[in-house]
Amino acid sequence: MAGLVAEAVSLTYTGVGRDTVALDRLDLNVADGEPVAVIGPSGCGKSTLLLLASGLLQPDSGTLRVGGARVAGPRLATALILQDFGLLPWKTVLHNAALGLEVRRVPRAERRERVMTSLARVGLAEFVDSYPGELSGGMRQRLAVARALALDADLLLMDEPLSALDALTREDLQDLLLELWRQRRHTCVLVTHSIEEAVFLGRRVIVLSPRPGRVASVVDNPRMGEPGYRSTPEFYERCAELRTLLAEEGAVGGLVDRETGLVEAGEHR
Amino acid sequence: MSGWGRKVVGYLGAVAAILVFWQLGALALDSRALPGPVPALAAFFSAFGSELAPHLAVSTWRVVAATALGTVLAVPLGLVLGRSPRADAVAAPLIFLTYPIPKVVFLPVLLVILGLGDASKIVLITLIVFFQLLVTARDAARAIPAGSVLSVRSLGAGRLDVFRHVVVPASLPDIFTALRIGTGTAVAVLFLAESIGGTTGLGYYIVDAWGRLAYDAMFAGILGMALLGVVIYELLEIAEARLCRWTRVER
Repeated sequence: MAGLVAEAVSLTYTGVGRDTVALDRLDLNVADGEPVAVIGPSGCGKSTLLLLASGLLQPDSGTLRVGGARVAGPRLATALILQDFGLLPWKTVLHNAALGLEVRRVPRAERRERVMTSLARVGLAEFVDSYPGELSGGMRQRLAVARALALDADLLLMDEPLSALDALTREDLQDLLLELWRQRRHTCVLVTHSIEEAVFLGRRVIVLSPRPGRVASVVDNPRMGEPGYRSTPEFYERCAELRTLLAEEGAVGGLVDRETGLVEAGEHR
Repeated sequence: MSGWGRKVVGYLGAVAAILVFWQLGALALDSRALPGPVPALAAFFSAFGSELAPHLAVSTWRVVAATALGTVLAVPLGLVLGRSPRADAVAAPLIFLTYPIPKVVFLPVLLVILGLGDASKIVLITLIVFFQLLVTARDAARAIPAGSVLSVRSLGAGRLDVFRHVVVPASLPDIFTALRIGTGTAVAVLFLAESIGGTTGLGYYIVDAWGRLAYDAMFAGILGMALLGVVIYELLEIAEARLCRWTRVER
């Protein structure tokens, strides 16, 4: 059981000169096995939410629970995939993928077996001896996914994992993430800037308000995961709905087209 | 051609070029103080079998011991300071004040206190290597991207795991650079220390030959010192290639 519950979670970063309220009494409820996407304007505390859920940060007030237990520190079955993939350039593909198991003192033989299985699942079995520097962006992202898979995680937290990829590679990896979720049914929280990605990978899409972050609205997306969903009219409707909601949150500045609501969410790189 | 073959050819070419320039210089100056490569190498090989080898051995021991000692002391301390703001706040002012002081000026003091033997030379060189590596290791550890540390911590890593998997490997290339520069300085300082105090080591051998106007022997000593520097540099190069393989695959 790995449902994620946040109750009135607040966090303020103490900075030089002034403090920044990242999250203000945020409530969130992600059911066990539910894939949720979180989207919102720049600096709305999306990444902070993931750091809290992974146990790397502690809230100033409020509580986070995973599977009913309060998150007091990094949890064994939680995997976090960061924006820049969090790979270590000095370790080979094999050792990067095995890192989580190594840190958890899993015996070497079992480690190798689990890692080889997860690398095969993401299509990297032939590259075990390569270094991340030798891989393409898409392959590096697959490696980050393989590392999470090797942990046998039941809660997968992803912070804009695909934002550095080109459009085709990106869709490819979205398909991979969806396929893995279909097979494993892990709880999944995906933070993204891409409206299409949120609709493709989130059964619910949570829109956060600008700083300080709170849940502004929730879009239900029940057909997520159906074959060919990306090219259905409903997919486009959900995307348009999200654009409008994001525009209301000021996520897209002056770029919104009032007629169609066609804009991209902010902070594109 | 394989990578090794290309390397060997490159080195042979460089040696040939150095020999040619040396010969030309010797011809142009026509001084007894600068013998050509043929008499100098002949002197080197004939002296090596008799009095040169023990001096070379003593000098090698001093540089290697001091470098090892300096590295063992400086690297862990520098890495910890780089990762711990609290420890750094205490130590940084001390480092900033003592680092810029040229350690070589303490040579007379060390000679008086520790005598003319190995100890004074080893301590002086250790000091020099220590500070160069301390500052480099500290800066390298500070520059590690937060993402690398966070991602490893999210996997459940404790402080020691972070050091083992992130801080040490991330800092190694910078540490090797500092070692190559540091050992270069170390050999130079060794020459000075040996030429001023004591009756052993290549520095003594060179200056002694100079005093006796034995220029061929002096050059044999100079070649020995050059050999020492080159061998240390190449050994570090090989060690870095093995330990930091990842820096050579970046595309």
